[in-house]
Amino acid sequence: MSTNQETGTIDQDETSLSDDFAWQSRSGGANYSVERARPGLPSTSAKRLAKGLGWFSIGLGLAELLAPRAIANISGVSNKHTGLIRLYGLREIASGITIFSQEKPTEGVWSRVVGDALDLTSLGMAARNPEAKLGRVAFATANVLAVTALDVVCAMQLSNGSNHGIHAKGSCVVNLPPEEVYSFWRNFENLPRFMRHLESVNDLGDGRSHWRAKGPAGMEVEWHATIIADVPGEVITWRSLEGSDVDHAGAVRFERAAGGRGTIVRVNIEYNPIGGVLGAAVAKLFGEEPEQQLDDDLRRFKQVLEVGEVVVSEATLLGTGYMQQRPAQPPATSELEGAEMLPSETATNYRSEGDYGTEGRFTQR
Amino acid sequence: MRANCWYGKTMISVEEVPDPQILNQRDAIVKISSTAICGSDLHLYNSFIPTMQRGDILGHEFMGEVVEVGREVRNLKVGDRVVVPFPIACGNCFFCKEQLFSLCENSNPNAWMAEKMFGHAPSGIFGYSHLTGGYAGGQAEYARVPFADVGPIKVPDHLSDEQVLFLSDIFPTGYMGAEMCDITPGDTIAIWGCGPVGQFSIRSAFLLGAERVIAIDQVPERLKMAEESGAETINYEEQNVYEALMDMTGGRGPDACIDDVGMEAHAPGLIFAYDRVKQAMMLETDRPHALREAIMCCRNGGIISVIGVYGGFIDKFPMGSVMNRSLTIKTGQAHVQKYMRPLLQMIENGDIDPSFVITHTMSLDDAPRAYDMFKNKKDNCIKVVLKPDWNGHNGGGVKDDSYTVIH
Repeated sequence: MSTNQETGTIDQDETSLSDDFAWQSRSGGANYSVERARPGLPSTSAKRLAKGLGWFSIGLGLAELLAPRAIANISGVSNKHTGLIRLYGLREIASGITIFSQEKPTEGVWSRVVGDALDLTSLGMAARNPEAKLGRVAFATANVLAVTALDVVCAMQLSNGSNHGIHAKGSCVVNLPPEEVYSFWRNFENLPRFMRHLESVNDLGDGRSHWRAKGPAGMEVEWHATIIADVPGEVITWRSLEGSDVDHAGAVRFERAAGGRGTIVRVNIEYNPIGGVLGAAVAKLFGEEPEQQLDDDLRRFKQVLEVGEVVVSEATLLGTGYMQQRPAQPPATSELEGAEMLPSETATNYRSEGDYGTEGRFTQR
Repeated sequence: MRANCWYGKTMISVEEVPDPQILNQRDAIVKISSTAICGSDLHLYNSFIPTMQRGDILGHEFMGEVVEVGREVRNLKVGDRVVVPFPIACGNCFFCKEQLFSLCENSNPNAWMAEKMFGHAPSGIFGYSHLTGGYAGGQAEYARVPFADVGPIKVPDHLSDEQVLFLSDIFPTGYMGAEMCDITPGDTIAIWGCGPVGQFSIRSAFLLGAERVIAIDQVPERLKMAEESGAETINYEEQNVYEALMDMTGGRGPDACIDDVGMEAHAPGLIFAYDRVKQAMMLETDRPHALREAIMCCRNGGIISVIGVYGGFIDKFPMGSVMNRSLTIKTGQAHVQKYMRPLLQMIENGDIDPSFVITHTMSLDDAPRAYDMFKNKKDNCIKVVLKPDWNGHNGGGVKDDSYTVIH
């Protein structure tokens, strides 16, 4: 595919266009963009609603904890049960805290739904107590029912988003000019050298490529992709072809850093499953924390370009996550065979392949 | 091979582990002839640094003979005798080019851990928790040395291990502590902490032109060693440090102050109890007594040089004193690679013989006893050198003959 082939705006749908993929080319003044809806992210309104419910939980919880008699009085139940009301107060506060402590408060809101069910059961039992004031109990029940409806709607909206895809963005600074950083990325066959989830990428020519990724439980996912926009030293965007099992798009932009101190590389990656078992596998491609994984990938990208290969310590032979850390002592040879990155994948030193020679190599002063 | 491994708070043990091998093409394998225990190893020993894992090999001050080199190492060959700097640095990134080697962007594969704690990650360090990369350390028979084409420095045969070993850390660290003071002839420098790094700060301050150096500690043999280097001393158990310093400087205060203590400072009385309790309750991670005192004592417009290791958070930091009195704070893990060559030159010229700081030489197998001795300052211990193939008297650790002050 010749560079600058796709000038002009590509098939834009303003309503579903993700801003992150729409970049203005500084030289050509043209838009290079990949059309993408983003069903993977919970809607802002669901998140906002969850926050409201979180505050409600904490407020009601505090009231139940500190003034159980008043609560019993308002809801018309016998004030012999202040201990139980206090306990419910603690439960409410716990739900509230869960909601605020999660980036995506799905569990917190579902825990509210469970709590609502408990409240309703308790109110039902209270109504049978001869001391109960039925009018007030009915009023309280109606209120709980209304909140329950809100909780269920919010929880379902949040859950819906959970299996739908991944979007990650990240950036790093590489101590080389934009043209050189670009040309390394433009050779897509280099991507698996630093992107952990990729098994291989084969350049089929004409801007097309064949990708293979490692899914969970040894599952393998494959797709074809094509380059959408390609401006040397500036930007590359690509997306999977129609009819693939995976709806994938990626974009990378190269910017001269201030003062000419290298190149800022900005990356956006998106995976949207199309459905079925494979779909679920794709959702897990990038792990539980996609942004963290992309950050790690970019750190390795920088290492390959600046140092020549992916740098490993004894502790990170199996990966850099908490669970993958092994003790900082030399591996037995048998352990090396299971190592993800070593030694085969790092065997070729990028900088020694003649691309940049050893010119930039440090000399001790 | 045998290696000194960490298993928990004050639990270390010399174990049989696999031999290291080349993992990256710019690695070298070094057969270790001498390795030392650093004061900062005690922070690991005392479990004040997070992200340690059972089995981690300790040690970041070591030297020895190159026995294997990776394909990309062109400046070293098998048989070279080298000293290895404790920060691991690639030599290619922005910070390495700026000679800020302990901030290398490429040598810490666990940078994300450090970013969570510090905002940004420092370089990898040998044997110093997973936060700084998770590299196996040098208290062992062999070590893998990444970026062997950048870090290790060849040393001439006529200099002994004892003379050059400390180029790996404490000499450059102590030197950088003094260098950050921007010393001009006639300056008075006050130094908190007379451990091994403090001892090198004292000598470096004089080498850089200080007229007076005032050293502060409470351990008699350390104060005595400081006096041997030409410093005046203050024992903080016996004297009020602020009053003593003001008295010595006519009320103006020292031109610059070096904190060679770090996160586990001791102090007399209530302040120590306050910080120790907060540290134990995880309300602050570090006990910054020396730093607070250094700030209060420094003259107006002076420099605070912090070279002692801190790990996390402190409180009761006298920022008002720093701001209103135009103080400058400078700090950092030593950029050892930058200092090795000039400091080796000083050793060759006879300006300094770093072996003065050694009090004990022991077998690597005695590491657990050596740590205990160093931590609890038993037997007047100031600096321990461990040798994997030591066949001297192993009984009680051997005092170096060249150091006579303690007898």
